[in-house]
Amino acid sequence: MSAKQKKLLIRIIIAGIIYGALLIWSTTYFYEDVIEDNLPEPILFFIPFIIAGIDIVIKAFKNIAHGQVFDENFLMLIASIGAYGIGEYSEAVAVILFYQVGEHFQSYAVGKSRKSIADMMDICPEYANVEKEDGSTEEIDPDDVETGSIIVVKPGERIPIDSEVISGESYIDTSALTGESVPRRAAEGDVVYSGSVNGNGLLRCRTIKAYEDSAVAKILELVENASSRKSNHENFIHRFAKYYTPIVTIAAVILAVVPSLITGDWAEWIKRACTFLVISCPCALVISVPMGFFSGIGAASSIGVLVKGSNYLEAVSGIKTICFDKTGTLTKGEFKVNGIYPEGCSEEELLETAYKAEKNSTHPVASAVCQAYRDRTKESDPGQGAKDTDNSLSDNKNISDSFEELPGQGISAISNGEEILAGNDKLMKLKNISYTHSDHSGTVVYVAKNGKFMGSVLISDSIKTESIDALVNLKANGVEKTALLTGDKKEQAEKICNELKESAKTSHPAFTGNLIDEIGSDLYPQDKVSAVERFITELEGRGKVAFAGDGINDSPVLTRADIGIAMGSLGSDAAIEAADVVIMDDNPAKIASVMKISRKTLRIVKENIVFALGVKVLVLILGALGIASMWAAVFADVGVAVIAILNSMRALKVDK
Amino acid sequence: MKKKFNLQDLDCANCAAKMEEAIKKIDGVNDASVSFMTQKMTIDADDARFDAIMDEVVKVCKKVEPDCVILRK
Repeated sequence: MSAKQKKLLIRIIIAGIIYGALLIWSTTYFYEDVIEDNLPEPILFFIPFIIAGIDIVIKAFKNIAHGQVFDENFLMLIASIGAYGIGEYSEAVAVILFYQVGEHFQSYAVGKSRKSIADMMDICPEYANVEKEDGSTEEIDPDDVETGSIIVVKPGERIPIDSEVISGESYIDTSALTGESVPRRAAEGDVVYSGSVNGNGLLRCRTIKAYEDSAVAKILELVENASSRKSNHENFIHRFAKYYTPIVTIAAVILAVVPSLITGDWAEWIKRACTFLVISCPCALVISVPMGFFSGIGAASSIGVLVKGSNYLEAVSGIKTICFDKTGTLTKGEFKVNGIYPEGCSEEELLETAYKAEKNSTHPVASAVCQAYRDRTKESDPGQGAKDTDNSLSDNKNISDSFEELPGQGISAISNGEEILAGNDKLMKLKNISYTHSDHSGTVVYVAKNGKFMGSVLISDSIKTESIDALVNLKANGVEKTALLTGDKKEQAEKICNELKESAKTSHPAFTGNLIDEIGSDLYPQDKVSAVERFITELEGRGKVAFAGDGINDSPVLTRADIGIAMGSLGSDAAIEAADVVIMDDNPAKIASVMKISRKTLRIVKENIVFALGVKVLVLILGALGIASMWAAVFADVGVAVIAILNSMRALKVDK
Repeated sequence: MKKKFNLQDLDCANCAAKMEEAIKKIDGVNDASVSFMTQKMTIDADDARFDAIMDEVVKVCKKVEPDCVILRK
């Protein structure tokens, strides 16, 4: 509770006690005597009135001096003065008192929720241990650390700035950034991102960015800016609020004057008009709607999804068509040896032979073969591993004595006097090797030694298991069409779709629809844009079109789609820039989770709008008819606001 | 130039909206946003007259919500 809130609370309590005492006293016989003698009732009730409402009076006068006629303090004052004027002293005090109680509660609730949202985004590192030349460390504000400084991250500390590990090994908890709870291993040469928490190892790192360009600063800035991009609901409320107060005020004036002139019963109609003034503030609406969106954005960031604005969170719920990029989005985006098919030798022999040839090439296929070989030797044979793990490609040239890369075919190498061929069908045919053709989809490397075929190695990209969940859940959440838009060849695109379909049969047997409705292959970035444009026209404004991609080559289409979703872009500025929604880890299934959060948030916001407006309108009508008292009006004003705020807080919770 | 300021004692959401409206009307302000939730104000205004514009902003805000203080760093 802030000092200001405490002061208000104390005043409310004092005024409440005096008011209570007055009420009890007024029922006794003794009271009548005093009133009749020399202490007039208005003065008695003025004491609690002024204690509770002094700030309202001051503000009202200040604002009137500034020409703010439709100010809620001023209107509140008029309402209570009106009640006073017609002899309703007790009611006037009650109105002010309860208005203040409501205000206090409201400000407390807002503060509370603001804090719980802030806690959730409490990923800001407070200091960095910078290592000085003499080896000692000093705690420095991350803002002041220069790029290239050496920092030490102790166990349990937050990584302050994006950096590269130079020594030490640890497990890093990236959950604050990605929502992913499984810690990631970090060792020499790995890049660690600010905002993640170090496990139990000590890391020495070299910073590679300034704090303001680091992941954590980018994320915080993004989330802070999110509330300035307003949703349609918020814009509606703002427009509405602008007219609401003047209209209610004018209605109150008419209500006080017109019927009174006809009936002559001024007291009754002024009282009714005062009810109007009490509900003239649109605060409940103006608070609860942005708060709902803010909570929704907070909920999304807690699962590692950054939504760049309330407007995007609003739009996500309306996604009807969603397009995916292939590599890195639905697939893992890394080429790996996924099959070794030896002929007349062991798997190890085949892989080692392939490795000897591929070792000096930088082609992705070659890297995959080398990686697979290293992984195996490390596990099985420590002696050989020690010799060969020291494998920067340029060292150890003696294994391949000569080496030739044949573009579009493969590699021909001579190693320890043996001629090794590693490449595709064309190479085998060219060198007249009799080989067994492999039908596996992906890239197949055929290996031959001294003219004899040894077998083949399959290298392929594999689908993410989450992709299937993603597609199934999206369809279940009202997405009508899914499309795969890729720059790759048709066969590869179809192959991925088939793989997805096959996996879905076992993991989601109940799912009967199409996982992917449309396949677009051989697409250049501009073709993807036109495909997305076609989808937008197809929908005729019935829904939104989203595009999910890795954000590197897809910037134009991410911008063009109604909602651009960037995937796995921790640390990639271009993607964060172009996209509207950023998924911090690689999990496409989170798109469906965000859709759920978006739906829930919108439902809560609508509930608030209907509830707050409904109660206000109802009390206005009942007030005009003389049924609702000023008490009811106070409830309609602050009570509704508090309930709406509490309701908004629900959006902060992520349903599992 | 875009600058962000922290706000203190911004208690009323409607006031935040009114402040935003009023700031946008100031000559030289390209865009402004007052966030009730984060208690922050972002102002995008002409570089050359930024300080003068900020003085104006403070004055306008005082009018709308006398309690609220703009923390100028």
